[in-house]
Amino acid sequence: MTELKTPPEEVKEKKIELAPENNIQQAEAEKPKPKPDPRKKLFKSDRMTIVAPAPHNRGRNSVPRIMYTVIATLLPAVIISILLFGNKAMVTIMVAIFSAMVAEYACNKIMKTGLTVDDGSAILTGLLLALTLPPSFPIAGTALGAVVAIVFGKQVFGGLGNNIFNPALLGRAFLQASFPVKITTWTLPAFAASDAVTGATPLGLFKFGHMTEVATNLKPLLLGNVGGCIGETSAIALLIGGIILVALKYADWRIPLSYIGTVLVFSGALWLIDPSVYPNPVFMLLSGGLILGAFYMATDMVTSPVTPKGTWIYGIGMGVVLVVIRIWGGLPEGVMYSILFMNGLVPLLNRWTRPKYFGEIQKENKV
Amino acid sequence: MKLSTFKKGLHPEDYKYFSQDKAIETLALPDDVYIPLQQHIGVPCEPLVQKGDKVKTGQIIANTGAFVSAPVHSSITGVVMDIEKYYHPLGMRATMIHIKREGDEEWELLEKIEDWKWAPKEKLIQTIRNAGIVGLGGATFPTHVKLSPPDDKAIDSFILNGVECEPYLTSDDRLMIEQADKILEGMAIMMRILDVQKGYIGIENNKPRAIAQMQKRVVELGYPFKVVPLKVKYPQGAEKMLIYSVLKRHVPANKLPMDVGVVVNNVATAYAISEAIKEAKPLVQRVITVTGDGVNEPKNLMARLGTPFKNLFEACGGVKDDVHLIFMGGPMMGMTQYHLESPVVKGSSGIVAVTGDMVEEVSTFPCIRCGACVHTCPMNLMPLRLSKFSQAKEVTKLEEFGVMSCIECGSCSFICPANIPLVQWIKVGKIRVREAATKKAKEKA
Repeated sequence: MTELKTPPEEVKEKKIELAPENNIQQAEAEKPKPKPDPRKKLFKSDRMTIVAPAPHNRGRNSVPRIMYTVIATLLPAVIISILLFGNKAMVTIMVAIFSAMVAEYACNKIMKTGLTVDDGSAILTGLLLALTLPPSFPIAGTALGAVVAIVFGKQVFGGLGNNIFNPALLGRAFLQASFPVKITTWTLPAFAASDAVTGATPLGLFKFGHMTEVATNLKPLLLGNVGGCIGETSAIALLIGGIILVALKYADWRIPLSYIGTVLVFSGALWLIDPSVYPNPVFMLLSGGLILGAFYMATDMVTSPVTPKGTWIYGIGMGVVLVVIRIWGGLPEGVMYSILFMNGLVPLLNRWTRPKYFGEIQKENKV
Repeated sequence: MKLSTFKKGLHPEDYKYFSQDKAIETLALPDDVYIPLQQHIGVPCEPLVQKGDKVKTGQIIANTGAFVSAPVHSSITGVVMDIEKYYHPLGMRATMIHIKREGDEEWELLEKIEDWKWAPKEKLIQTIRNAGIVGLGGATFPTHVKLSPPDDKAIDSFILNGVECEPYLTSDDRLMIEQADKILEGMAIMMRILDVQKGYIGIENNKPRAIAQMQKRVVELGYPFKVVPLKVKYPQGAEKMLIYSVLKRHVPANKLPMDVGVVVNNVATAYAISEAIKEAKPLVQRVITVTGDGVNEPKNLMARLGTPFKNLFEACGGVKDDVHLIFMGGPMMGMTQYHLESPVVKGSSGIVAVTGDMVEEVSTFPCIRCGACVHTCPMNLMPLRLSKFSQAKEVTKLEEFGVMSCIECGSCSFICPANIPLVQWIKVGKIRVREAATKKAKEKA
């Protein structure tokens, strides 16, 4: 009975004394401790374990990893554009990236948020902006565009993840409004057939009545040996990067498929109606910034829908807007506006296209 | 051959190699056991013993008259030291019966059933209740309740859950390899109670030996069961996902598997039922995987309920110095342990210790709306929106977006590139919805 009257504290003490029997605890047991903690007996070090709610393991993916992977998949297009347009392209890209990072850093300091320069999103915005500018664009203008993209495209909304419009395209839209002539002055690539220094883009030629000259010769379009923006001219380089991006699931496959598919179907239907007025759908696909836009701009995670159904609507909507602008609009190119237009609808699409959750509709069960 | 599975979900690295080749070892009887009064979902038990009482192994030491509940048995022969609050593996301090081992092991067995094939069903169900059997996959729902569906629910299929989709855990895998006969018999007993003809055994394809062994014994013993190999994907072990994988039936939201004519039980539960009916042994022990890169010799142990986790680790050669995290269950849904005096309970399928190499300190980024959570959620929910609503306490929105359907599998938090604690916020959201409902009910009353 004496044992049974033992107060609880002593019982606990006894439990602790069991510990020295264990070899891993011997080192610990040699030095007496005023308040022994049973858990520490098992660990040589005083390190605490983590106490957290499940899950305790994490996927390998992270936001910076996504950003830097997208940048890496753009490298083929960047290399080809530097080969085609020379130092001017390289300088524009460097200036855009540098200005974007400086703007991001300044915003972080002014808004007293944590530093977000290293997450890669500012670099990506700068790079994408540079790829949508003509090689001859003035350096000061490039820098200004990058600053606008970061400050008014992203940071005023509260930084990464909160912006409505694609920051790079917003920066370009600003530049297009501010420098309408400079942004449509195209340098022809180094290997272009003619000796001219500047020339029109294939889409511009088509718009202003030279359809037969451009729409029949598609090989230069595929390789990028035409006038145009720094990054949009080589369809092959962009496709390689874009397919890697989709394969890695860093870009939703539905977006390029629905966007490009709609453009092909819509313009193909028009072309079948009257091939002498409307351009070939393959020309529509390869010219201008469609591939760059479909794989890199429209798939920007922040400004695209999260639901599968919303994503289809988003892609189809962009395709329709693009064809309408290119064929009937006042501008030769409409990728930028088609994406910005649908970006504005994304919050609504996310709201309207909530997927039915498992078991929400009672399905007929075979019992 | 294309293996059947459910939609969405993901496949985390499974780390089963630590313990999948280790045969089940019986752990030496512990000197002290701490047996919580509640180890199941439902009404807690009241203690039937007092300080100083001598108890035998298998003696009922706590029980209640409620239907949705299960009695608790002493797992060793000894003396009740006290009934106090101790550390419970689910994180709180709970009332437990502390028993100190004394003398030789003596068993108090259940009422013997001669031949279960001819015994009355009520008697079988009563024996299962008396044996204290609950769902041993981790949910710990009393099994006798599952086996007594209301008369208006026609049950036509029985699924045995051998999926074990959580990483690290191998206890069900080993049990199927080593005790296939008993598991199959337990399954046959349950199917006899339910009067069901169609029996399926769902096993993920990363357990080829278990599939082969179960298939072999099913054929040799002439059971009319179908072994269904499933594509490896988390969370396939969740009841609703498993029913979809095997039978392609949707369990409606807020309904139970029995509403689509199915009862699902775990392989460990089937084993326990066979022990109870054939050997008249109540549930006093279970297989628990002790694993992780922080354990020196990972093992699968047959341990008595109430054994402190400390004893398990000691039997496995101790833990390494740089253990960073210890959790009970799998890494996706398990509970972190901060106290190794916590005992093995009926729902403990594994205890995992991992070192700093496995646990990265991650920083959280803002949501970039990549949609990974939406594309992964097995219940087809929108975790990013649910977590936002939960933070904003928008109860009506939470309900509209189906928060109560969340099975808390943790896939969204796992996949999130921004490391946002999505499932954690959703759990908070569920509590908020429940609180709002009780508040409403009170106002009406």
